[in-house]
Amino acid sequence: MNLKLKALTKSIWVFHAACSPCNNCDIEVLDLLTPRYDVERFGIILAGSVRHADALLVTGVPNYKTAQRIKKLYEQAPKPCFVIAVGSCACGRNMFRESYNSPCNLDEIIPVDIYISGCPPKPEAMIAGIVKLIKKVGSSKGY
Amino acid sequence: MSHKVIIPIGPYHPLQEEPEFFRLYIEGERVIDIDIVIGYNHRGIEELSEHKHFDQVAYLVERICGICSTSHPFAYVNAIEDLAHIQVPERALYIRTIIAEMERIHSHLLWLGLAGHFIGYNTVWMWAWRYREPILDCFEMITGNRNHYAMMKPGGVRRDILEEHISPLKKTLDELNKATDMFYGAVVDDPVIKARLKGIGILTKEQARNWCVVGPTARASGIDIDVRRDDPYGAYDRVDFNVIVEKEGDIFAKTLVRIKELYESIRIIRQCLDKMPKGEIETKIKEIPAGEGIGRVEAPRGECFHYVRSDGTNRPIRHKIRAPSYMNVASNKIAAVGGTISDAAITLAAVDPCYCCTERCSVIRKKDNQKLLTGWDLIKLSQEKTEKLKKEMGL
Repeated sequence: MNLKLKALTKSIWVFHAACSPCNNCDIEVLDLLTPRYDVERFGIILAGSVRHADALLVTGVPNYKTAQRIKKLYEQAPKPCFVIAVGSCACGRNMFRESYNSPCNLDEIIPVDIYISGCPPKPEAMIAGIVKLIKKVGSSKGY
Repeated sequence: MSHKVIIPIGPYHPLQEEPEFFRLYIEGERVIDIDIVIGYNHRGIEELSEHKHFDQVAYLVERICGICSTSHPFAYVNAIEDLAHIQVPERALYIRTIIAEMERIHSHLLWLGLAGHFIGYNTVWMWAWRYREPILDCFEMITGNRNHYAMMKPGGVRRDILEEHISPLKKTLDELNKATDMFYGAVVDDPVIKARLKGIGILTKEQARNWCVVGPTARASGIDIDVRRDDPYGAYDRVDFNVIVEKEGDIFAKTLVRIKELYESIRIIRQCLDKMPKGEIETKIKEIPAGEGIGRVEAPRGECFHYVRSDGTNRPIRHKIRAPSYMNVASNKIAAVGGTISDAAITLAAVDPCYCCTERCSVIRKKDNQKLLTGWDLIKLSQEKTEKLKKEMGL
């Protein structure tokens, strides 16, 4: 593992992008920052700009208006950058698969590193997901 | 001074129902106009609903909004029951009411926390969300999930409130009552919160009526409307509660309305738990005839309206939804104009399509020099104003 990746796994700054979610995964993500879960103790905070972030956290199903913007966001992020898909919508479009306004899955637009499914996933599941991601990166040589 | 500056805000907001896009026109410090662009969250739910059968639609409309995820199915089942003239068992009505009121508590606490965050009181955020957790635990205990409860179904509810659920729920309500006392005291007595919220983002009664606002936004402007009392559904006609109305129309009044509604919600749940009869929790529906029905529900943000038309098959042929924020967001055009930029964050948040603007927001000078102002900067401006006020008051 190179130095860059080692630094990346230490305290992950997350940029949270919502592409047409129902807002539920979003409040659960915020819930992570409040006293019961408090992921700030692990150095995880929400970054104000994707240019400062180590991970791009995406919730919701991409629609025609947000799909291009999410691609732009990913292009702006400094690499290497993890992409975390939170919720069933971001993982596989959930029940909006047949919608006329949902062109494609999230992973057809940007490469996704980890899928956390659930509608919405519990905060514990999100923490477990991040831990798995860090382990995966730690054990791999190339990434 | 007369530089006209345009501030685009959005479209991504981690806390909002809809990722919206605001374009603020600024002259000096004053907001002189505002454009609201929505549609980033369009998922085609009305159309999808016409391809699902009546039971599935309840799950679909639940996913319109994660914060009012009982209000939409509630309004939908009301519409179906209006269409098919179904008598719902008494116990199911009480369970629906309890779930809807628990949702109002969690939604108002969520708003209170975010409002605190916007004006630079992160402590309020943490405390409000801390007290929201026990309510979510109760949801998990009763329905099996923290959000998206899937309790409503045409003809009744899916899960019963068991005997062993009642005492933990009552205990949580007692704790919450104490917490609400604390919040009420904190908001009413705090000079800084008063200075930040009083007289800001005023929506007069006349304006509120002209812009057809609903829910707490309307009640804070002195309009006495509440679907729970005016057109009772569920078990609301069997319980006693007050409709909270404030006259001022500013953000302080909106905050007060929401905090006082917490007390009323707690009262309603307690009464429901005491009065709830034993018995069936659902009526079996054989078929849904051709016809049309409407359902109205007082969601935490205001009146939520569903219209369903059926042609006798097992799918709705038309399903129209009107969510409360549709009316409330437009009133930002009145409330935010005339205020300063540092008040814009809290003003746009006050109607509770909670506005936070974490991400991209750039100030672009009209002609030459470009200056970037991120979403955090906007919140920071707001937070700095609180600090300045604190210093001036010698706190």
